[in-house]
This record gives sequence, structure tokens and C-alpha cells, in this order.
Amino acid sequence: MVDGDPRSEYPLGTRRPDLVRTPSGLALSELTLDALRTGSISPADVRATPETLRRQSAIARAAGRTQLAENLERAAELAGVPDDIILDIYTALRPGRSTAEELEAWAVRLESELDARGVATFVREAREAYEARGLFARDAS
Amino acid sequence: MSDSQRAEARAARDVHKETLVSPAAPLGLVALAGPGDPEPTLVVEDGRVVELDGRTAAEFDVIDRFIAAHGVDLEAAAEAMALPELELARRLVDVDQPRSELVRLSRGLTPARLARVIALLDPVEMMFALKKLRARRRPANQAHVTNRKENPALLAADAAEAAARGFAEVETTVGVARYAPLNAVAILVGSQIGRPGVITQCSVEERRNLQLGIQGLTTYSETLSVYGTERCFVDGDDTPWSKAFLASAYASRGIKVRFTSGAGAEALMGHAEGCSMLYLEARCLCAIRAAGSQGVQNGGISTVALAMALPAGTREILAENLLAAWLDLEVASGNDAISSHSQIRKTAKLMGQFLPGTDFVTSGYSVMPRYDNVFGGGNYDADDVDDWLTLQRDWQVDGGIEPLAEADATRIREQAARAIQAVFAELGFPGITDEEVELATTGYDSRDLPDRDRAADVLAGDRVLNEGISGLDVALALDRTGYSEAAEAVLGMQRLRVGADYLQTSAIVGPSFEVDSAVNNPNEYEGPGTGYRLEGERWKLLQRVPGELDPAVFAVEDGRGPRLVSLGEAAAGGPEDEVVIAVGPAFLDGMRETIGGLPHEAVIAALADGVRAAGGRPRIVRIRRTSDVAFIGHDGARLSGSRVAVGLQSKGTAVIHRADLEPLDNLELFGMAPLLTLESYKAIGGNAAAYALGRPASPVPTEIDNYARAKLIVRTVLMHASETEAVERDAPPLDLALELQG
Repeated sequence: MVDGDPRSEYPLGTRRPDLVRTPSGLALSELTLDALRTGSISPADVRATPETLRRQSAIARAAGRTQLAENLERAAELAGVPDDIILDIYTALRPGRSTAEELEAWAVRLESELDARGVATFVREAREAYEARGLFARDAS
Repeated sequence: MSDSQRAEARAARDVHKETLVSPAAPLGLVALAGPGDPEPTLVVEDGRVVELDGRTAAEFDVIDRFIAAHGVDLEAAAEAMALPELELARRLVDVDQPRSELVRLSRGLTPARLARVIALLDPVEMMFALKKLRARRRPANQAHVTNRKENPALLAADAAEAAARGFAEVETTVGVARYAPLNAVAILVGSQIGRPGVITQCSVEERRNLQLGIQGLTTYSETLSVYGTERCFVDGDDTPWSKAFLASAYASRGIKVRFTSGAGAEALMGHAEGCSMLYLEARCLCAIRAAGSQGVQNGGISTVALAMALPAGTREILAENLLAAWLDLEVASGNDAISSHSQIRKTAKLMGQFLPGTDFVTSGYSVMPRYDNVFGGGNYDADDVDDWLTLQRDWQVDGGIEPLAEADATRIREQAARAIQAVFAELGFPGITDEEVELATTGYDSRDLPDRDRAADVLAGDRVLNEGISGLDVALALDRTGYSEAAEAVLGMQRLRVGADYLQTSAIVGPSFEVDSAVNNPNEYEGPGTGYRLEGERWKLLQRVPGELDPAVFAVEDGRGPRLVSLGEAAAGGPEDEVVIAVGPAFLDGMRETIGGLPHEAVIAALADGVRAAGGRPRIVRIRRTSDVAFIGHDGARLSGSRVAVGLQSKGTAVIHRADLEPLDNLELFGMAPLLTLESYKAIGGNAAAYALGRPASPVPTEIDNYARAKLIVRTVLMHASETEAVERDAPPLDLALELQG
């Protein structure tokens, strides 16, 4: 590995814990039983931040895993998206669930409201494929 | 009814319980190289794939579209697609071709080309290529933990044992969907008691599955199924885009994901479109990589028996695993669902993955007995563990399971059952009784445990979801009830999600939460002397299988018990009716019983009785210069007044010899020492006397046990070694008297 290779920072948790923060800004070393006992950690703290996921994406890319890197970039975009919206988008992408307009609406919302441009592009790609393959919701509804 | 009894016996064998079928390509019942598989083609225009495996962009189905958009690396494509298939196949088994180079080329190949190249390899070539192409340096294994009563104490105990046995991942599922949260909690607690760092999943419907992960009750998921035809994909209620989105969603919550695919699913669902299993799997794997999954579980999985019903089906399954590894995916290589009734066939199939080693040799080894495997059986289960350990020891191969002493297993199981009892109490879930804890620790399967109030349990399961009870709550409950180490471990699992290191390819987690993946520990096997080899401490550990004999076991001499007392040097000649009983150097002098467990003094007495009953006169002699039964017998015969003797080794092997015969010739030889009884020794004495007195003797009938050698060869060697050690080359024979008091 050459200098500047993101792989030299891997695993972040043990090699570069200084680079890792929880969504609320805690360091890994602050996620202790004591902190748990005093109620200073919440479930929202034990999640990866978009930044951490982007670092992992860069590591995957450096290891030659382009698609995994892209997946982790989409994950970084989704990290801040609320759970119920995630589940709704997933449902919308299942076959026969959405119209072209509905998928486009999700794409617009993802890029404008949720700051998830990569995922928006991905949803538009699906819309195009579903169009070609007749995978939209039946109009009868 | 058959005319031949042999044919009838064969028809009753286990292998005939399954249905083998001849290929039927239109139904997708063809393993490799189906007539419907397309010619590999790839046409790229303006940086876009416009033709893939014989279809133009306008004809692309949803899978083609996804692969064209994300699954072909255009930088490698021109070079890779131009290489002849045979050349690519040869490179896969070329020890000097580094994995990274082969992976680079795989990225530029289409599904049809990938399938054709793999199909050129024979089974041994596939195994070698798989060994080279596995992503992580060291192989590992995954456990299944379920039970039919969904008893939380038993789930926790089994998860703990799985973790303590070295499984890197533990997967559970449910009989009743609403149990999922409780089962997830039970194996989370159990696994962390068995060994911190083991990652867990609860395989249920996608939404619920994701929810459990979001709440930190699970850390990985492999429920993302992919199919090789559009119709199957849609029937599975997904598209490549919805699955890929889901994968990103899991990753966004810090949950490890691998996809699932495997031969036969399309044929089973009725939409194989006339293609071979391997070609359809190649499409799956290209789509999986295109979705950005770090890995896959494949190799038949739940449809393994369908692939194995076809000619070359077992080879096709190995081909799938290999193809996934070539595409740089983590591979959990099946061997989880029951593949065959025949133990021979099942294990022969396993060797394809076991010997090369995969990231997870099974995608679920049933840690509990088969009855409790809710996944539908379990190809290998609790009863097979010692067999598995012995296979590892036989081949010096790491199959990812460690020996665990019974006392340790019991201790860990009880601790886990107690811990989940405490957690349930602390969280206000329906109580777990002490009886349940006890029986979860020591029982065979869930039938040994009392029934629980299932209505109350599922309500508690609902509470977990409704109240958002999280991994942190579980850690806190453990801490409050005195299980601070387990609390620390469950918290460690939560911390893992923050760093997200285990989202990289082939990641597993060690006991100090250090992540071991294809990034920091890649497989760099390039022939002998390189890569992962089972050696050092790990090899020592995996050698210690239950029941292993200590070679020193026969070296007992405490000077007690009956003895043979020397009466002085033995001279040749004596009465004409004399029959010498010549014993070996260690007989009742360092050794005390035969390999069949007969006390030496009883054997001597039986031989002497037999000699006397037939009118002979016994004389006991010890031959000290040799441990070989022929020479002991022959030396004895030369001392004997009748020139006939019985030679007897300490392990019980006997011979009737006569002085005029060549040493290696004999009158009667009794090599099956383990099957000799005192009655047989008496009969041997009788025959020896008959020969001595010149009377006819019909040979002593002996039993034959074809397994005696397999069963006793080790003891034979150890006992013979003890006897040989007692040899004194130049020592003359001694006359002996049996002294019964010690």
C-alpha cells in the first residue's frame, strides 16, 4: 500500500479511531458502559455517519471494488434519511408498486429534500428500466 | 421385486431415497452448458453496453439492464472478452497468476462468458482455483441456531456454544414471524457470551429484517435473494434496483449484507427460460456484484438437491462458488440445506468447498440437532460435529469449527441461558424458569424443554418493535443484572456499527472486535509456502478432537496385581507331552491385558487348562529376545519337550508352532486377537496338546470382524510398541510361574 492509500487507515475502528465519530459527535472511546449507564448514549449514536461511510467507500474503491464503493456512497447518502422513508422508498422500488410519476417524485425528493443525488439517479435508472419492462403499478388502481 | 438379491440390497440404500433425473433443458434441468445459454457477446458504443450475450439493448430484460449499467467494467472488457475461453480457464489454475489480476479480468466478462470459462475446469481444477480466489485469507464458518419451540434459553445456549466453537456468524430464523425480535435478542446475548465479536442475523421478511438491524439487535443480513431470470425476480417481489437499494439501506445503518442466489431456484419457480443453472447463476452473480454487495451465499442453498439430481450437479455447485469468488465476492458456500440422504454423497459434495476453504464453508452449520433446525433440516448438525472436527484433523484443513470440551460447553450454555433469563426479567418479558435454563444447558433438543406461553412471548416480541427496544437496551439489561462482560460485548457490537469496518468484503470480527476482512487480510495464495495454512497453535487446537488417545496410555506399571515369577533360565527339552506356552517380553510385566480386554493371567490359565484337558502338560516360558509372535512361538517350540508350543503376544495374538517348521510358517495362527475369548484360548491350548500328542485336531474356529483393524489399529501399534520396548536382544528365555497375589 502506498502513502495516501485509504486502505492504510483500515480498520478505522482500531487503526484510526480518531477519524470516527457518532452522528452526535461522540468518539468511539466515549461509547462505554459508564456512558450507557448515565443515559448519555442513544440508539441514534450507534450508527455510522455519512462521513464514515464515505471513508469506507474510498477504502473499497482503493481495493478495486468499484460497485461496493458506489453502494457505500449511496449508503452514506441514506445515513441521514429516516427509517420510515427508507422503507417507503424500498417498497416503491418493488415491482408493480409505483407509477413512473411516483418514482420520479421520489427521485426529486431524494435530490432536493434529502440530499441524496446518487440515490436519486439510481431511482431514475429504475424508472427507465421499469418503463421498458412493464414493471409499473397497473393503472387500474 | 428384483431377481437379484444384490440389486435389491442396493435399491434399499440411502442414495435411492432421492430422485435423480436426466437433463431437460426446457425446464432448466441442466447443470452446465445448456442449449439455451446464449453465445457470449459484448458490444460497447460510446461507453455504453449496447449488446450483452446476444441481446441488444432494446431486448434487455431488467437483469441485463442492471448488469449493463453497473456490472461490466468497460476498462477491462475489451481485453478480457478478447481472451480465448481456454486461456482464461488456464489462467485460473495458473499458480503464477495473482488473484488481483484474475479479478480484474472477471470484471470485464459477461455472464455467458464467465459461465463457459468456469465450465472448462474439472473438479480438482475448480478447487484449486477456489483456493486461490477466496477473498479472505482465512476460511471461517457460519452457524444456524433455531429451535421448534423458539425457546429463548435454548437459543441463547446454542448461540453461545456456536460462538465458543469458533463460528464467526450465527443466523437464526423463526417458525412464527412475530417471534423474530425475541429470537434476535436471544442469539445476540448468547453469541456474545460464547465469544465477543460474533455477528448475528435473524432471517425474516425484508422490512422486519431491516428493522431488527436498525434497532441494533442484529449485525448482518443475507436475505437478499436474487434470481437469474426476470420472471423469477419479479415473482420474488423485487427487481435488481429494489434489492440494490435495500443493500444500501442496510449499509447506511451499519449492517453487513450478503446476497443469496443459487442453482435451481429458477427451475423450481418455473421460469428458467431453457438456460443452464450455471449460466443463470452467472447472471445472478453479475447482478449481485453490480448492486455493490460485498458477498453472496450460493451453491444451491435451499435448492441444492435439485442441482444434485442432475448429471454434474455437484460440479455445477462448486462452479457457482468459484464464480462468485472470481468476481471478488465473499462466498458463504452452501452446505446448509440437506443435500442428500446418502452420507457418502453428502460428504463427497462437501469436499469441494471444505478442502479449498471458502469465506464461510457452510452458510449455516446446524449447531443443534436436526429436529430443531427450522431452516429445513441442516445438512450437518450437532450430532456430526465430531465427524467434522475429525475431517479437519484428517486433512489438516481449517473448516472453521473448533473443538470444545464438554465441561466448557456446559458452562457456556448455562451462562448464556442464565443471562437471557436475566435480560427477559429485566425487560419485563415473560419469565424464563430455572427448569428451562437447566434443560437448555443439558437437554438434547427442544422436546426436552417445557412449553412456553407463546401468546405472551409474541406480545413481548411486538413490544421490542413498538417500543424500539435496542441493542443498547439489551446491553443495559445485562449490565444491571450483573453480566457486565456480556454487556460490554453487546455494546461492542453496537460500536462496530459506528466504524462500519465490517461492511468491507468478507469481514468477520475477532474477540477483541478487530475486523478481519479481504481488505486487511486478503487471500494472497500463490502456491506452496504462501497463503493461509493450518499450522502452529491453530493446528494444535484443531487436532484435539474428543476421544483422542494419549499414546502413553498403556505405559502403566504399578507393580500390583498378578505376576509371572521367574524360575530361572529356560532349557530345551522336557517330557514328550509338554506344551510350552511362550509369552512375549511385556506379558504381565508392563502390560496386563490383551487388546480384547482379557486379563493376561486369565488367558494363561485358559491356555493351560486347554493343554491339560487334552492330555498335555503346560510349561510357561517368557521369550525376551523378540516381540514377534512367530518367533516367540518358534522359540517356544524349540524349548518344548513335544516340540510344539503356543506363542502369545501381550496384545493377545497367538500362534501354534512346531520346532521343525520355518519361523514364519505355523500350525495355526490367531491374528484376530480382539475377537478371541477365554474359550478360544482354551481351545487353542487343546489343539496344541493334540498336535503334541500326535492326535488329529480340527482348526479352532475364529470370528472375523472386518472393522477390527479400523477400530484397533492404533491400540495394536501402541501395544506392540510397548512389547517391543521390553525386548532384550541377548536375554535368554525364562521359565515362569504364575503368582496370583500382587
